Amino acid sequence: MLRILTVMVMLVIATLPVAAQTGQLQTILQENSKDVERASRKTISAVLDALLASGNENVPVLLENWQNKQLWMRKADGLFFYVLKPGAKPIELINIDTGAVEGTAEKSDLKELRPNSGVRSVMAAVLVQFQLKSSDPMTRLGALSAIERSAEESHFTALRAAVANETDDAIRAKMQRLERLLTIQFDKQSTARVEAIESFAGDTSLDVRAVLNPILITRTKVAESIPETDNLAKRLSVGDDIAYADAYQMLVDSERAPARISKQARDAALVENISNGQVGGFEVASLNTEAARIKAYQALVAESDVPPFITNEAVQAAIDNHVFYDAYIEPEATVTDAARKAVRAINLSVSAYQIADLGLDAVSLASIYFLAAIGLAITFGVMGVINMAHGEFIMIGAYTGYVVQQIIPDYTISIIVALPLAFIVAFGAGVVLERLVIRHLMHRPLETLLATFGISIALQQLAKNIFGTQARPLTSPDWLDGAWIYNDIVSISYIRIAIFILALLFLVLLLFILNRTRLGLEVRAVTQNPRMASSMGINPDKINMLTFGLGSGIAGIAGVAIGLFGQVTSELGSSYIVQSFMTVVVGGVGNIWGTLAGASMIGSLQKVIEFFNPSNTLAAQTYMIIFIIIFIQFRPKGIIALKGRAAGD
Amino acid sequence: MQNTFLIRRQSVLVFIGLLALFTIGATLLSEGLGIGLVSTSFVKTLGKTLCLCLVALAMDLVWGYCGILSLGHFAFFGLGGYMIGMWLMYARTEQIVINSLANASLPPTPDELSDAIGTQIFGVVGGSDIPAVWTFAHSLPLQLALVVLVPGILALVFGWLAFRSRVTGVYLSILTQAMTLALALYLFQNDSGLRGNNGLSGLQNIPGAAAVSQDLISIWFLWASAFALGLGYLFAVWLVSGKFGSVIRAIRDDETRVRYLGYSVEAYKLVVFVITAVIAAIAGALYYPQAGIINPAEIAPIASIYLAVWVAIGGRGRLYGAVVGAASVSLISSWFTSGQVPDLPLGFYTVKWVDWWLVLLGFGFVLVTLYAPQGLGGLFDRLVRRQNP
Repeated sequence: MLRILTVMVMLVIATLPVAAQTGQLQTILQENSKDVERASRKTISAVLDALLASGNENVPVLLENWQNKQLWMRKADGLFFYVLKPGAKPIELINIDTGAVEGTAEKSDLKELRPNSGVRSVMAAVLVQFQLKSSDPMTRLGALSAIERSAEESHFTALRAAVANETDDAIRAKMQRLERLLTIQFDKQSTARVEAIESFAGDTSLDVRAVLNPILITRTKVAESIPETDNLAKRLSVGDDIAYADAYQMLVDSERAPARISKQARDAALVENISNGQVGGFEVASLNTEAARIKAYQALVAESDVPPFITNEAVQAAIDNHVFYDAYIEPEATVTDAARKAVRAINLSVSAYQIADLGLDAVSLASIYFLAAIGLAITFGVMGVINMAHGEFIMIGAYTGYVVQQIIPDYTISIIVALPLAFIVAFGAGVVLERLVIRHLMHRPLETLLATFGISIALQQLAKNIFGTQARPLTSPDWLDGAWIYNDIVSISYIRIAIFILALLFLVLLLFILNRTRLGLEVRAVTQNPRMASSMGINPDKINMLTFGLGSGIAGIAGVAIGLFGQVTSELGSSYIVQSFMTVVVGGVGNIWGTLAGASMIGSLQKVIEFFNPSNTLAAQTYMIIFIIIFIQFRPKGIIALKGRAAGD
Repeated sequence: MQNTFLIRRQSVLVFIGLLALFTIGATLLSEGLGIGLVSTSFVKTLGKTLCLCLVALAMDLVWGYCGILSLGHFAFFGLGGYMIGMWLMYARTEQIVINSLANASLPPTPDELSDAIGTQIFGVVGGSDIPAVWTFAHSLPLQLALVVLVPGILALVFGWLAFRSRVTGVYLSILTQAMTLALALYLFQNDSGLRGNNGLSGLQNIPGAAAVSQDLISIWFLWASAFALGLGYLFAVWLVSGKFGSVIRAIRDDETRVRYLGYSVEAYKLVVFVITAVIAAIAGALYYPQAGIINPAEIAPIASIYLAVWVAIGGRGRLYGAVVGAASVSLISSWFTSGQVPDLPLGFYTVKWVDWWLVLLGFGFVLVTLYAPQGLGGLFDRLVRRQNP
């Protein structure tokens, strides 16, 4: 048995050099063995060209293995083999032409080729051509996305050939689109490029914009007269499109005019020529104004060899003698014209989509404000009580969610548990606050405001003492990660959609409670006239307590929602409190629709201001508050004001 | 009538006497002029406390007497500080720049000077141009006028808008809070021209008094603050003891009835609002040179609410109550938060007062509102009345 094996191994080894010499790929690699062994980005292309020219069907396999560091060299004779299992002992060697196992060797007898990343990317670009023809649709799609990432001229012809042979409709559509993009970039004929550009009118995708925008890059140039060869974008009028100083600097840079004497150069010359405390006949101490220094320098020009000032007239004349213009880097005028037209059309639809996206943002911000403010609106409307601790109920809800997540590790279940629990905890806290404090301060609204503020600072500090000052995470479940993406411009994260749905749910729920239930009837009765209500057998104390609890409970749920897309800190509530007050005041007190209107207005207003001034959210908030102060002037009772007796005074 | 006025005047004399005693006592114990028992930093704390008493006095006028719970008076206080801070910072930087350019080979031109000052002041927010709001910063008299004018005009415009549309009660409180927040957020921006959240600093160095030690400067400011508080107290007493005082108290108690009697309620409210804003600004202008630094966080809405808390604890509607409340709560606050109070071991938990002081203050304040709505002043009055029925 052993003998047979030995004979077989001997046989294989004996036939090995013969097989290697006959193999076409091995021959090519041997011819370029130096460049194969020490491949660099510069030298690799010669090897790749030789391989491609051979037309051998095994070239893609070779490139793939080489790329994956599976091409090894036997040190003894310099022959190349595939090593698919580098960990095995001894290592199996596979013939690169036939794919058959040719023998084994010790690791020390072999050398692993390690092409660097530059070389590998060159190989990948070459490989794409083969992958496009692959029978596996996933491979073809992979090749397409590789081209999307970094298109090269060599892909262009390969892609054109591949489109014709493609059988899968979806992939063909993708290929055709990509082919048109490559046409714009690499085609030699401008008519084909123009055609391709025109086909993209109104397409707002980022890749199209990324291809079209480079075509429209311009460079500012200066000349005596505009040369025919330049693709003119715009003639610049000095003073309007380009500043005088910049225009003259261009002339200086292109050596068409002498440089002006800068202040620094002038002052340096003055300092250099100081002698006996004087320069140009002026006392140094007197040179404390611009005018004096200019005079001294002019005197210096007369008596020594410093260069004279260049007068404004000379500058003007030099500028007048030249034309300044923007020219496209792309030489073909038809192409730039088509691109400009296409970009204009694209920009139009981009701004339409941006408005749509802004609308989505505004809706999501409005739902957050609605959730945060609705509880406040209920208590304020029913009891006329300003609850400064409302923000702390939001915080309590958020921390409840955090604690639940510490106990229940599954995020989905913990959120489902946290929402009602946050309601219950905040409801309880609200009822306690109402019974202990607010009930005793009835009809003293300003003192209620201050007392609840006392509660607010105490609760905030308590939260800090218990949970620490660092932010605590409230992690959303996996199915809320990610975003709904309509196109490159319009998208919204799932959390925001969930908050929107939550806000909608609470709107419906509250409308139902207030308009269709016994409790709602009694609440409305107490809102309108507490005395009359109590003489009708309604217990206002109980109603006040329940309303306050309800408002606080909703704040707790809002806390979970707000904590999900932010971080839970003890300041979480106070950062929303002023906005919540604004929402209630702007919307109109004691009315759910009013709160909805207030939240929508403040949310969209803030987003619109941010859109016009995106770099500065602080300024956006400032302007918004000023706007609200002015708004209150015209509708002091809010957008939706209660009328008649219910309005009270 | 004659009788009550005399009693008032007696209490004024007592107040002024106590203030003078306190100031002279502090001076005699100080490091600057006295035996050195009281450190300079504590003298500054005392001076700052007097300024806080002055702004609390203004708060008491507008809230305790006129019934307007303004949550914006600390914003006026901060604005006053910013206005004086601009001069302090500009003048001192100018001095530094002139000294550093003194050895340059050419004497500096006005442009070079203002460039260097701009870089020195605004380099921290990435600018070197001096913004337009600093136009008058080179001149002390102009900037002192601005201390009064800027907060005064802001209060005038805001108050006119708010009172005209009959915004009252809690709505007005929220609106003033919004104004404070807007101002603070605006000042937080780097391009507000007032150095963003860096604020103005080095205000304790008085330009032209570089040779005078801080020990002495702290005494100057203590006296200035005491003088301002005394004047403010006299002014407030004068204001509330006449017919004007009766009208604004009537507005507090029943605004509609006063309007039906033919008084222009809005005008009265506006006058009180603007006057108290100016007093607050003057207090701020005296406070921040002692504090040394002012930044937008100082005028966050919470500061104005604390002001209301001081007055409520001291007892509103009593001028001395505001002073006592502001002095006691702010001094106790800084004592507790400085970590000098020994921890309270409970066996299972050690109460660190740095952490628990705000909890104590919050709940304590709720208790005061519930059980002593007239504050400490109210308790004192009840005590006095029991002794002299």
